[in-house]
This record gives sequence, structure tokens and C-alpha cells, in this order.
Amino acid sequence: MSTGSVLISPAGIEDDDLQMTKVTFWRRLRRHRLAVAGFVVLAFIVLCAVFAPQLSPFDPTYIDPHWQGNPLPPCFVNSSQCAGHILGTDEVGRDLLSRLLFGARISLTVAFFAVVMEVVIGTILGALAGYYGGWVDYVIMRVTDVFLSIPLLPLLLVLTGIVAASSSKASLSFLTIVIIIGALSWPGVARLVRATFLSLREREFAEAARAVGNNDFRIIFRHLLPNAIAPIVVQATLDVANVIVLESTLSFLGFGIQPPTASWGNMLANAQATLEQAWWVAVLPGLCILFTVLAINYIGDGLRDALDPNMR
Amino acid sequence: MILFLILDKAPGGPLAPYLQNPHITPADIARLKHNLGLDQPLPVRYVKWLGQVLRGDLGYSTSNSEPVLQAMLERLPATLELMGASTLIAIVVGIGAGIFSAVRPYTFADYFITTFAFFGQSMPVFWLALMMQLAFAVHGIPLPFGYQIQLPSAGLADNVDSFSLGDRLSHLILPAVVLSVLSLALYSRFMRSSMLEVTQTDYMRTAAAKGLAPRTIIFKHGLKNALIPVVTVIALSLPGLIAGAVVTETIFSWPGMGRLFINALQQEDIALLMGYLCVIAFLVVLFNLLADITYAWLDPRVKYD
Repeated sequence: MSTGSVLISPAGIEDDDLQMTKVTFWRRLRRHRLAVAGFVVLAFIVLCAVFAPQLSPFDPTYIDPHWQGNPLPPCFVNSSQCAGHILGTDEVGRDLLSRLLFGARISLTVAFFAVVMEVVIGTILGALAGYYGGWVDYVIMRVTDVFLSIPLLPLLLVLTGIVAASSSKASLSFLTIVIIIGALSWPGVARLVRATFLSLREREFAEAARAVGNNDFRIIFRHLLPNAIAPIVVQATLDVANVIVLESTLSFLGFGIQPPTASWGNMLANAQATLEQAWWVAVLPGLCILFTVLAINYIGDGLRDALDPNMR
Repeated sequence: MILFLILDKAPGGPLAPYLQNPHITPADIARLKHNLGLDQPLPVRYVKWLGQVLRGDLGYSTSNSEPVLQAMLERLPATLELMGASTLIAIVVGIGAGIFSAVRPYTFADYFITTFAFFGQSMPVFWLALMMQLAFAVHGIPLPFGYQIQLPSAGLADNVDSFSLGDRLSHLILPAVVLSVLSLALYSRFMRSSMLEVTQTDYMRTAAAKGLAPRTIIFKHGLKNALIPVVTVIALSLPGLIAGAVVTETIFSWPGMGRLFINALQQEDIALLMGYLCVIAFLVVLFNLLADITYAWLDPRVKYD
């Protein structure tokens, strides 16, 4: 990284850097077989979610007239009673497979948008704290400490409970959940970005960027941020997994996505009551969560190894 | 340093519910105005509330018809019992598994444990609880789940006499195992990587060159050094443990603080919710402090003044 190239093209060096690492990045990632498997599984689940309306044999809110109070069994358990429901029905006679497919949509989109929000807030605040230091850093980090000293789940529960109580509608909208999760989970990202920026701002290229008269905004977003992308991407990936579990827990407890909209979490909410007659109601949505989260965790692990082997 | 840490972190408790205050008040202002004096400006109320909290008065729980502090203290032993048992399981098994796979890296046993740890980390606590119930309660494997013995109103002493330790343990085991899985997976992963790092250091090679038994090397020379980062992880996993306890207590009908919290939530018992958040924030700060102390004990290079 010579100062000469900085003078010729201020932003060029980071691009060159990225070009070089891109090749090694893909090679390393492909070597991580579990991450590749994770990608395949995740791609499959995403496709299922996208094409849920086409793939579903029933409407996810349709109640089968064959239903007599007990969940109908899956066809592979009892083919004479299943009435065409491949994976059986839930406790009120809705097709389980269709609900799983539509549940994938909800669970994945909530996780995706919540993490996007979390990353945007966390990155901006972390960047400001790390770049400016001083009182800006102090204020932002104290707020972060406050958030981190309270476990996320109870805080989320309180907020969703209060929002639900204060809104005139009985149910919480999808958007509300996304905003609440996103607004509360950024401190982790902020800390990470701050730590990265603290070391980046002392590097020569940052000094050079300053020397040639770039303003702070440009230095932060054009020069420093591209170099901080790797840890952010890893953190974001792992957070998608966390948010899926978080959302399912919220919905399970009745404070997340509200029925009749299916989410993997609220499908399990009443499973405890029918556990004795209908294991499939309890097992299948959980397996969906488990494999999705597992796939994403392995991808995150692979990304971490591929982007920077020294990071952990 | 420690003092600084406390002072630094202490606003975490009272400040966080304060951050939520604007959300709370408009929601319930009509119902609660008369007994909370909400017509006063926010800062005034906050200062008054803070003063009460510092005197140990967390307010009055509307859903339980008793002071918040009393309601929580009644349920604290049950929660501590559950969290203590699960932490014990997680530390013993997690660290054991971590060491076990670190001393034989890239073998079948190592891969087995790492995969298991990944599963444990990816599993929602409540689903694991359901599966446990399915296996043990529905399919006849005899382990009681659900209710713990009725909490006596006058202390635990007479309780211990009338119920055997074995009975208590049999009720405790399922919830505790369920709650421990997440931390267990986490600890074993960190222990493994930390131990792997330590085994490559010079002093370990020296110890081996001296002709010490592998067991002595690992446990006497390796363990203490490898534990240092793990201690941080254990302390930092407390928020997760508390969150997990909320879920576990709800599913297993465990009469602890987590279930109290969920009930309060369903009945919109603001004072109790605030009190709960304060108490757990306090616990988290306390544990960070404990971690720092343990740190200094494990690593003499760390000095606080």
C-alpha cells in the first residue's frame, strides 16, 4: 500500500485490496465444506419461502372439514386419516406443510430486515464512536452499556407487550416486530465497528486520506468502512441466526407474530397442549428452525474463517 | 478500576427502564394516573422513582397485590436454584467436553463434540424443552416435569424437611438440563479453541520436555491459562441464561422470577416489569464484576488498582 497510489486515486487502494482478497475469499469459503452445505440448505429454504404460494397444497389458514378436534396425522404416519395433508394438520386443522412454508417467509423476512436495521444503526453509531473518540465515543458507549446490561429477550418482551397494549389493534404487525428487534439489537454491532475503527483510523491510509483533504464523512464511509466490512458481515450473518431464534421465542410466548399468520414460533405455541396426541405439531416447526439456524451458523463460521483466519 | 467499573455500569439499572418510560406512560396513563402521579413531568417522576429504587422500594405489583420486591424475593430462590444447577452442568460438562476435544483435535470424537455444540447453539430453548417433554413425559420415560414443590410463604426451612432431596432433584433435572444446553455448547466451543491455543505455547512444550505426564500438563499447566478467556464468556453468557430461564420457567411451570415476569407482562403490571428489569440488570453488572475478580485470580498479570 504505497502513498503514491493514494495520491493518484484516493479510493483505489481499498478496491485493489478487495479485488485481491476476493479470490482467496472464495477459495477459502469453498474449502469450508460445512459452510457450503449451509449455503445449499439455506438456498433451499429461501426458495421454499419465495415459492410458498405455489408449493403449498392448501391455504395456510384453511381449516380442513375432516378435522374433528384433534390434529390430523401426517400421511406417512397414517395414510387413511391424513386427508391429503402430507405433514398432517395443526391443532385447529390447518395444513402443517403450508404453514411451515408460509412460516419460513415470515421468519426469514423478519430476521433479514431486523438485521439490516441493526447493522445500519450499529455501524453508524460504532463508526462515529470509533472515529471521533472523546465525548462522542463516551456517550455512545454508555448507551451501549445500558443496552447490553439488560438481557435482550426480557427487554423485547416488555416492549412488544407494551406496544401491543397501546395500539388499538389486538395484534402486532410484522413491521413492529422488525423495528423493535432492530432497534434493540444494535449494540453488539456498534461495539464491533467501534473497535475496528479505533485501529483503522490510526493506519497510514486513513492519515493519507485526511492529508489530501477529504472530509470526515468521506473518510468514514469511503475509506474506513470498506475495510471494516469483514467483521460486520460475519456478525450480521450470525445475528440473522440469533434473530430467527429470538423471533420464534417471542412468537412462541405469544408476543411476536400473531396467529392466524404462521411463523415457526407461533406454530409451536399451542404444541405443548397436544404433545401427547400429535408429536408432529411440536417436532416439525422446531426442526425447520433448527436446520435454518444451523445452516446460517455454519455459513457464518465459514465466512469468518474465509474473511480473516486471525479474527478469532 | 473495579470501583470505576461499578460507577460506570451502575446507570444501566435505573436508566434502562427510564429509557422505556416514554413508551410505558402513554399506554397506561389513563389507568395508572391516579396511583402513580403521572401528571408530574417525566424528570421529576424519574428522580422520585430512582430515589425509591435506591431505598429498595421497587413499587407495588398490581397483579400480585404485594410489593414488587417481596414478590420477586419469594421467587428468587427457585430461579437461582434452576440457574445455579444449569450453570453447574454447563460448566462441568462444557469445559470437560472442550478439553476432551482439544487434546485430540481433528479426530472423530472432536468432530462429534463440535457438531453437537453447533446443534446446541442453534436450537431454540423452548423447542428443546418440548422435545424433552415429548421424550420423557409422553413416551413414558419416568421423570417428572412441571411443577416444583409449592413454595412456602415462610422460608424454605420447613420445606426441606417434608420433601426429600431426591424428589427435588428429579424435578430440577429436566429444566436444568434444557437451560444448560445453550451455555454448555458455548463454553465447550470456547474452551476447545482456547485450550488448542494454549497447547501450542512454549511453556507447554517445556512441561512436556520435562517429562511430565500429559494429564499433569493439561490440567496443571494448561487449564488455568486456557480458562482465562472462558471466564469472560461465562460471565457474558448470563444475559442469555436469564432469557433462557424466562422461557424454561414458562414451559416447565417453574415458580421462578421468569414466570412471574411473563405473568406480569400478560397482566400489564408495569411496576413488576420495571423491577424485574432492574434486578436482572443489577445481576448482570454484578457478574461482570465477579468475572473481573476471577480474571485477576487466574491471571496474575492483570492488576486492578
